[in-house]
Amino acid sequence: MAGIIDDATMENVCILAKLSLTEEEKVKAAAEMQKMLDYVEKLDELDTRNVEPLSHIFGDRNVFREDVVTNGDNSVSMLANAPKSKENQYQVPKTIG
Amino acid sequence: MKQYETVIGLEVHVELATRTKIFCGCSTEFGGAPNTHTCPVCTGMPGSLPVLNKKVVEFALKAGLATSCRINQYCKFDRKNYFYPDNPQNYQISQLYLPICHDGSVEIETSAGKKTVRIHEMHMEEDAGKLIHDEWEDCSLVDYNRSGVPLIEIVSEPDMRSAEEVIAYLEKLRCIMQYLGVSDCKLQEGSMRADVNLSVREVGSDLFGTRTEMKNLNSFKAIARAIEGERERQIELLEEGKVVVQETRRWDDNKESSHAMRSKEDAKDYRYFPDPDLPPIHISDEWISQIRSSLPEFREEKQLRYQEEFGLPPYDAGILTESRHLAELFEQTAACSVYPKKVANWFMTEVLRLMKDQGMEPEQIRFTPQHLAALIDMVEKKEVSGKNAKLVFEKIFLEDTDPVAYVQEHGLKIVEDTGLLESTVGRILDENPGPLAELLGGKDKVMGFFVGQIMRQMKGKANPDTVREVLLREVENRR
Repeated sequence: MAGIIDDATMENVCILAKLSLTEEEKVKAAAEMQKMLDYVEKLDELDTRNVEPLSHIFGDRNVFREDVVTNGDNSVSMLANAPKSKENQYQVPKTIG
Repeated sequence: MKQYETVIGLEVHVELATRTKIFCGCSTEFGGAPNTHTCPVCTGMPGSLPVLNKKVVEFALKAGLATSCRINQYCKFDRKNYFYPDNPQNYQISQLYLPICHDGSVEIETSAGKKTVRIHEMHMEEDAGKLIHDEWEDCSLVDYNRSGVPLIEIVSEPDMRSAEEVIAYLEKLRCIMQYLGVSDCKLQEGSMRADVNLSVREVGSDLFGTRTEMKNLNSFKAIARAIEGERERQIELLEEGKVVVQETRRWDDNKESSHAMRSKEDAKDYRYFPDPDLPPIHISDEWISQIRSSLPEFREEKQLRYQEEFGLPPYDAGILTESRHLAELFEQTAACSVYPKKVANWFMTEVLRLMKDQGMEPEQIRFTPQHLAALIDMVEKKEVSGKNAKLVFEKIFLEDTDPVAYVQEHGLKIVEDTGLLESTVGRILDENPGPLAELLGGKDKVMGFFVGQIMRQMKGKANPDTVREVLLREVENRR
């Protein structure tokens, strides 16, 4: 399949994934992504026109919980997962809307 | 200049008043210390498994049925992928392909009359965490207490043409949600949030112009100003021969202007796909009819009933039904009183006055209906003066005091002792020879002066009608 990961696509993917890649990294990433696409392209060989899309492989339905509080204050153990925290909050690089 | 028409559609997020989050057993309580209501599920830890809160489905069904929506009896959740620190999973669990409700409508009323606003769809989703900027370290801090709080997003069709219609629509939605008890819908606290999609087009055109989406609107006033500002901005662009760019804009109510946040993502940019962690939902006919039969009497029905049952003017009926809580308190009080119309008067005057004086929301009013009914009973039987009754009601309103006991304890009961009244009247007449002469000379206005003096002496415990009677008799005796 012809390369569909062109520069514009790569640019868009970087924006969506919030990645800043160097030119070399972009070339490398584009080639790798192209490889992945070529790999799954194999699926196009199947005619799926009359097949319902499958979203769940188990037949489960209506798995609910009741509206009852079961969790207490886990903040200490939860924040222990954070690389950085401050004043009981997760500290992340400056992010503005 | 050409004539332009504004075309507006709304995306309204309503925070559901469940006790726990949508996919985990963490509390949804507002205002907890940061991250004290979090667990592996709502912070997106690998390997955690979300399980749907049944109440969320019930609330969404209530909201959908109350807005004449059709229900997707087979629905499921999808992942909406985007990267932002307030979204710890890197995807939001939402519904794209099969939202729970669709094709509904609500009727709004503006100065121009009645109008139907169609609802395109309503879906369930989870809220994001809260991100605040830390000036000291030039970093951002995240609190995930709100992450996973259940929301319904209500998407309207582009049926509105003015800020007035938008506000009428939002007020209508808020009233419905509050009556259902599914949300308190407070714009300032963010439990109701509205994004405004707006475009302009020449009057008479059937085509839609390019629209923008406006965010960060925290009050009805801000919404009205943002709509006016955006309409003008777009018209100006078109008049200059420029084009409107499809984008998301952030309204700054202090500056009364907006700025572009980002170019609008397409649905494909979010790479939606069905969430494999959450099995699909089947909503049976029985479940729907059970929810339907649980719907309350809504405002419009109450308004009509009040006009008939209590002979209230439409305006009064409208005021009393604005809040379901206030309406129910009124109904309960009216039900235990033999003077239901007087109850309505007391609500329209004293209850509303005290609520305003105290800066309270209708939902915060708490008093025992029997207490107000008992007070009104005493007033009507002329056992308490109107003036004292207002003071007693303040006690009821603020402290839920039992009026019968209070009146007894504070000696506010009107005295039937005519001997005391007669001697008081006689004394007052003796002490005021001047006014008495005027009264005898035919100056009736002086009556008011004497009644006032006597009532004061009696500390309000006399019935003004009786006072007047005794006074007239005494005056006649002195002719």
